[in-house]
Amino acid sequence: MDRLRTFNPLSSVSTGVVTLVAVATVLFYLFRAIVEPYVMIQTLAKAIGLGSTYALVALGFVLIFKGTQVVNFAQGALAMVGALFLSFLAADEHIPFTTVRNPLISIGPEWFGWALSVIVALVIAGILGLVLERVVIRPMIGQPLFSVAVITLGLEAILRTAANDAVQTELRPLAIPWGTSGFTLGGETNAGGLTSGGASIAWAYVAAAITAVAAFLAVYFFYRSRMGVAMRAVAFDQEAAMAQGINVGRVFAIAWIAGSILAAIGGIFATQPPIAQTGAVQLETQFIAFRALPAVILGGLDSVQGALVGGLIIGLAEITAGQYLSQYAGTLGSGYPLVVPYLVMIVGLLVRPYGFFGTPEVRRV
Amino acid sequence: MTLSVNKGLSGFARLPGSGRKGATLLGRPNLFTSYERESRIFTSTTQKVVAAVIIVVLFLMPFELPVINQIPIIRFLGDGPYLRPVSTTLVYIVAALGLNLLLGVAGQVSIGHAFFMGAGAYAAAFLGGEATSTVYGHGLPIWIWLPGAGVTAAAIGVLIAPVAVRLRGLYLAIVTLGLVFLGIHMGNMDWGRKFAGDPGLGRDFPSLELALWKGQDPIISTADDGRWLWFDVTKAEKIYLVLLCITLFMVVLAKNIIRSRTGRALQAIRDRDVAAEVMGIPEFKYKVIAFALSSFFAGIGGALLASLVGKLPAIEWDLFLSVEFVAILLIGGLGTISGTVLGAIFVVLGPRLIEEVTKWLESQTEATGPVATVADLIVTDGANDFGPVSTATQSPGWPMSIFSWNVVIYGLLIVVFLIFEPLGLYGIWLNIKSYFKRWPFSY
Repeated sequence: MDRLRTFNPLSSVSTGVVTLVAVATVLFYLFRAIVEPYVMIQTLAKAIGLGSTYALVALGFVLIFKGTQVVNFAQGALAMVGALFLSFLAADEHIPFTTVRNPLISIGPEWFGWALSVIVALVIAGILGLVLERVVIRPMIGQPLFSVAVITLGLEAILRTAANDAVQTELRPLAIPWGTSGFTLGGETNAGGLTSGGASIAWAYVAAAITAVAAFLAVYFFYRSRMGVAMRAVAFDQEAAMAQGINVGRVFAIAWIAGSILAAIGGIFATQPPIAQTGAVQLETQFIAFRALPAVILGGLDSVQGALVGGLIIGLAEITAGQYLSQYAGTLGSGYPLVVPYLVMIVGLLVRPYGFFGTPEVRRV
Repeated sequence: MTLSVNKGLSGFARLPGSGRKGATLLGRPNLFTSYERESRIFTSTTQKVVAAVIIVVLFLMPFELPVINQIPIIRFLGDGPYLRPVSTTLVYIVAALGLNLLLGVAGQVSIGHAFFMGAGAYAAAFLGGEATSTVYGHGLPIWIWLPGAGVTAAAIGVLIAPVAVRLRGLYLAIVTLGLVFLGIHMGNMDWGRKFAGDPGLGRDFPSLELALWKGQDPIISTADDGRWLWFDVTKAEKIYLVLLCITLFMVVLAKNIIRSRTGRALQAIRDRDVAAEVMGIPEFKYKVIAFALSSFFAGIGGALLASLVGKLPAIEWDLFLSVEFVAILLIGGLGTISGTVLGAIFVVLGPRLIEEVTKWLESQTEATGPVATVADLIVTDGANDFGPVSTATQSPGWPMSIFSWNVVIYGLLIVVFLIFEPLGLYGIWLNIKSYFKRWPFSY
């Protein structure tokens, strides 16, 4: 059978190269872990924080793709819109686009009001996703995949511009309760109470990791529910699922609601200071989705566990490059960690054209 | 309606009364009796005449001539302030033809067109630009830097193609998207700045002058106003005419590529790649060719665009530019030359039209009457007005500026066209044509 496969000289060469790179990377991590254990722990914590954020956004992509066969390029704009609504509700303490004070803020302790605002912002994001699906995606059923992907690019242009004009020129923080604070592992505390050495880990990293684990567990159990089985059936074959009495329209709606909510969660984490450079919602917030796309592709467009693994690999690559290659920043150009995900994606795709967990397309004659 | 006939069989299919091989029956313009006749650039005399008239009008458009200046829209487009967007349209047509070869003809999805355009632009700047202390440049003439830009971009396309050939559909789209981000980053790296100049301001690109060699007086100068043949031409008109010649050449080139053996092979791969391979078309080879051809057009388009704008930072070759070209193809209609041209006109001149309409509405707000009321409802020019369009050029916030509205309308156009008319403007044109052809029967 092997002789029948199309000859591609890249395949064997690139597999060898990538194996070498992977072994070298593991050896490098082991070496750094022995030399500077605390720096390594801190790097890993950062990587998990960023990787979890990527994984959340990637999971949104994957849910929408699995449910509706659409690559949603508007995911970044949805992330920005979600973060923006939280900013209106929690930081401005107003109901969006009005001057009425947000009543949720005064319920219970400070963090409780904030949590309620988060829920409201996520619900708004979900409704937005539902509306987009009904109005724009539903009429496109049966059209080529690329046409629908381009439609989402059009949606992205609209949402991005609208959100950017809503941000205006002000700084829009999110009033996150734990802010930039964190804790320190190890290290020595001197008489003045200042800690030196050790690994300082921000709570934001912990929060992102917990949220990602919760989201993936939720998807895991959802896929075993009645609706989840229906969704997997639709992902497998829309017409056959319809013939079995599955309401495909409802599956589409749920996929888009879940995808938009995950995008909004990703947008909120992407605006947190230790994970992102800035602590305010701005045009850059939406780039989280374009940076998470390599994670989706690396893991496989239609694979839930691929989104988690891809997100963590991309996060690790980006943080490691930023940490250990900083002395070459002049040669590599400022902001070089941001393009590391794309390089990892292209190299990864040379080995596995459908990502690590993606389903290869069957070509029938 | 086609009677496709092998060369050996054409004797059978020759229609009674037709002298030449495969001649068209009068009044049956869609009846083709030979393959050569069907694949001609112009299949009927009418098309030839229309094309000739359009080309003549395009060449004479900028000048104050009695007849042409009476045609409603052409009257405006040839004038000074509108000539620049029209020139931009011509450049966009060249680059869009490249994407059409890849996406419309070969069926390979790409949203990395801006990357190849940037590659061409910086190759042109390297060959033809002026060297300064911060950037490279060799000051070579246009007949070196313009083909050089295309060839460089094509070479980069060939380098990338082996990766791309392994991928299908949306995976390919996202990898080409990655190329755009990598390209912008390369332009900001230390060695990239030697080509791209300052990340904020960019560098100067070569101008569209034709000289024999560097340092010599240009044969065709576009630096200032002058006199060509019987006409006084301004600088903008000279640039327009040079671009028009280049664009026409590229349009014919693209059309001929599509008609050739290569073009047919690419279409076969688009329609069914496995079937094409079974018929003996090497898929790998032709996909690499598709990327090379597409990048060649993109490189030339990018070089011309950079030359037209004059100074561009590397960040301008971004995803938005790529999406604009995908939009041109989808709005115009995939796979056809005329669709590409229509789409480019629509996407480049559309925003300009909206701007003009807004300006006109703004001028109407001062008057009284129904028009002024409508204009007042749409345009905001004071603090306490509530129209959705602001006259301030780029201030964020509600009411939104014309710039923001343009992006929103452009996004809406993509959505609306894809939902309601997937064949694009070309499809609308076909509908109109068939309506009149079948009149008075609507079916």
